[in-house]
Amino acid sequence: MGAFGFLKKKSLEITENNNGDRGFLVFENTSEVIQAENLLKKKGWEVKVMGPPPEIRSGCDLVIEFPLIEELKITKTLQDAGIPPLQAVPVSSPLLEPVDLFQIKDFGRYLMVQAANMKLTVEKESLTIVNISGGGCPDVPYLAEQMVGKGLKEAPSPREIGHTLCGYALQLAYEEMKRRCLP
Amino acid sequence: MLAVVGTVPNPEFPMVAGIATLENGDICIQGRRVTVKRGTPALLAAAIKMGEALSQEEPFGYLIGDIGSGDGSQKLYQYLVKDLKQKNFHTLVFHYLQPHIGWHSRIQSVIEKLTPKPNLVADAGFMYVAKMSGRSSAYDLFTPDMGELAFLADELAPHPFYTRGFLLHEENRAPDLIARAYQHGNAARYLLVKGRKDYFADRNGVQAIIDHPMEEAMEAIGGTGDTLTGIVAALISSGMELRQAAIVAARVNRLAGSYAQPSPGTQVSEIIPHLPKALEEILKGRRELIQ
Repeated sequence: MGAFGFLKKKSLEITENNNGDRGFLVFENTSEVIQAENLLKKKGWEVKVMGPPPEIRSGCDLVIEFPLIEELKITKTLQDAGIPPLQAVPVSSPLLEPVDLFQIKDFGRYLMVQAANMKLTVEKESLTIVNISGGGCPDVPYLAEQMVGKGLKEAPSPREIGHTLCGYALQLAYEEMKRRCLP
Repeated sequence: MLAVVGTVPNPEFPMVAGIATLENGDICIQGRRVTVKRGTPALLAAAIKMGEALSQEEPFGYLIGDIGSGDGSQKLYQYLVKDLKQKNFHTLVFHYLQPHIGWHSRIQSVIEKLTPKPNLVADAGFMYVAKMSGRSSAYDLFTPDMGELAFLADELAPHPFYTRGFLLHEENRAPDLIARAYQHGNAARYLLVKGRKDYFADRNGVQAIIDHPMEEAMEAIGGTGDTLTGIVAALISSGMELRQAAIVAARVNRLAGSYAQPSPGTQVSEIIPHLPKALEEILKGRRELIQ
């Protein structure tokens, strides 16, 4: 999907700006955002996945917040990797923060972790993923098919095979579950 | 007739539009088979089981493969914009679709011109985009879970991923969240909120709480929200008034879950076969109450 088909060309109006040294990178779709985040983090940059400002929002969107001063090097790195951003824009208003709260439910034999609208449940003894529920984007049923029945260590991570914000929320639940269950 | 619009988790699955049946636990449509695990196939399976029990015709399905890239959803949107003009559905359910504001607007433009207007139910991705678009009030029913209710209540969040922490998931705050969703115009005419307790609400607040039987494990089982949406859609399509349909659906879904003696590892395909018996039991109880 061309997630940013409604992108406005004009630069965003600067109002009160507490993020003057930060910019955001806009991509064609969420899959590219996730790939770019992986790459930039591996290279040691301090980047964060965030929600775009309303001016460029069209659907299941994410942008990457990055240190503006390093724009040239970052965009070159992304171009070399075949995932060039559509645009790099200074942050002119607060970006939406992704969810950072987890709800934990202990069923005794099973443990469930919820991040935003996504829930991941494992059997504690075998560490097998037994259920994934919640979510509304089309990669959720696919992620569930790929992950349910597999061990927490062996299952593919949502970051690798997911595409949407629901997939990203599941990644957060998956990381929290690993943090709690794996040594 | 009931129509269901959604996706299946197989990128090779082509665009199909036709009557959906259930054969040996699989959804069959236009010569294609889909295993029922969760998502739109689970919704369809529940609707078909309800239709059988109510002697109703099988639902019409619009399905396409999409694993999150949005390519399938886009083709389905393109098809719908043309096809819906030629159809006359009693109830139309939109489900697992890639949220896209532009396509949502185009679909809504088509639906607005339909006479009579179908009952509109939205869940999952299409509920998200209805809210993002500021068009929630165009729908008759949303079926969010508690996390999604917090998203509807957050007037700033374009997706549940950005729901602000102070609104997130406190079940005992459901009435406040419902009120907030209506206050900002981000709820459908009715809400059926699924959770440890199910809430049926309209703009005047909570109208019914359904909390029996209580199976804690249901929250962890993927697809139990999809079956609830399928049940309520089938009941509405059978002619039941929406308010009654929502309350009956919540009871049926809970009872079927209870019949399956669920654990957090139970799969929704183990619950769906119990739906007809649960419906029979709930309707029998209602008849006895009326007499």
